Amino acid sequence: MSGFDLSAILGNPEYAAMLLHGIEMTFIIYAGSWSLAMALALLLLCVRLSPFRFGDPLVAAYVSYHRNVPTLVQLMLWYFGIFTLMPNGVATWLASHNAEAIFAVIGLGLCQAAYFSEDLRSGVRSVGPGQMEAARALGHGYVSAMRFVIMPQGVRNALPPLINHSVSLFKNSSLAVVIGASELTHAVKEIENLSFRTFEIYLIGTVLYLFFSLVIMSIGAYLSMRADPARSARA
Amino acid sequence: MIHDMIAIVRDYWLLLLIGQYPNGPLGGLANTLILSALSIALAFPISILFAMARLSKSPLLRWPVTALVYFTRGVPLLMLILWSYFLVPLLTGADVPSFVTMLTTLVVYQSAFLSEVVRAGIVALGPGQMDAARALGHSYIGAMRYIILPQALYNMIPSILSTFVSTIKDTTLGYVINVPDLTFAASQVNNQLLTQPFQVFLILAIVYFAICWTLTYFANRLERRITRRRAGLLNVPAAVVTPSKIVSEQL
Repeated sequence: MSGFDLSAILGNPEYAAMLLHGIEMTFIIYAGSWSLAMALALLLLCVRLSPFRFGDPLVAAYVSYHRNVPTLVQLMLWYFGIFTLMPNGVATWLASHNAEAIFAVIGLGLCQAAYFSEDLRSGVRSVGPGQMEAARALGHGYVSAMRFVIMPQGVRNALPPLINHSVSLFKNSSLAVVIGASELTHAVKEIENLSFRTFEIYLIGTVLYLFFSLVIMSIGAYLSMRADPARSARA
Repeated sequence: MIHDMIAIVRDYWLLLLIGQYPNGPLGGLANTLILSALSIALAFPISILFAMARLSKSPLLRWPVTALVYFTRGVPLLMLILWSYFLVPLLTGADVPSFVTMLTTLVVYQSAFLSEVVRAGIVALGPGQMDAARALGHSYIGAMRYIILPQALYNMIPSILSTFVSTIKDTTLGYVINVPDLTFAASQVNNQLLTQPFQVFLILAIVYFAICWTLTYFANRLERRITRRRAGLLNVPAAVVTPSKIVSEQL
């Protein structure tokens, strides 16, 4: 290695293209798993909030499994395990459609849903019972009271942990490299193998992760400020 | 399927438990637990120093540690592991086993996270404790040593336990640099069997679940007990930290 030289990587069109592709894949995996997680978290929340108690232990088991098994193991179980159990037709289709990324989205999304649903639940729980009673007294039905009175306040309460967990999800997207998805960490390792400029490429990768984490944090801070200016000013 | 899993456990339990130990390095579950315990044991004192540095009035102490904490929290653990994978041998000039590399990374990573927990614990005590201790003639260090830290750390016991759980989960990432831990042992088993990956990785998930769930259960029980005791002693539940909320880290 001859001295520190970032341009050896950034100036090389091949490496730059690999990096850009890595960033793109990281964001596809991130956006996919975030959306899946949020949709599923809302569903789990509905089950938890519904007056029917029989869904509760199922949701509790779901959350417990995803919080107590390492994310990496969950990804391995999906990609190395469940993938191989799938019917031939499905497996072939998946294999020709970037199965690594699809399973990364599924694995990370399902895992993250457990965290998101707990965040939302504690947010909703911190809305006082008086709010629901007042909304009902004003003539709202249960659903409409939820929709217009409880949920807006609950989500606002849940914003800080949701932002934290959104950042962790972004960082956890790097785990997809273990099942072979071609995201940013994968690109970094590939370029390191090709260029032998270990220090430079790790520096670039680290700075990129740090930068995007900070961007997600700032978006979160902006949203919290919009949602509740008074509290953000105090914090 | 359950039959297959029982057969796998029966044939490979020793490998999963201690790796190739008598004939090779210690591995498997034993290594996972040793690695987690060592890294928490080393990270704990460092995290107290970090927390005190972040709370200190001197910018010379505060700034570098704050930067380190922000950096560590903003970068994926996998990236940090890859960094130490090539930096530690470069700095020490020796052939470093992957266990040591992983231990170094985890200590740095968990110190940063634990320091936030400890800091929150100290802040949650309120400034009155320090003021009172100083008024009674304690120096800053003495007040920390005898008044602040004992109270803060007592409140922190459950979150230290949950950090231990996340460390156990973090050790799985050692897989990328071939640390011979439980995950590594399971993938070895998988490579030998070839035909039953689902069963092997399900066993792996179950083992991790059993360990982490048990520890989480005790952490929660301990937390309730401490909250109750604090509430009884002080009669101000608002001042009690709920530490598990602070640890948002989650691998």
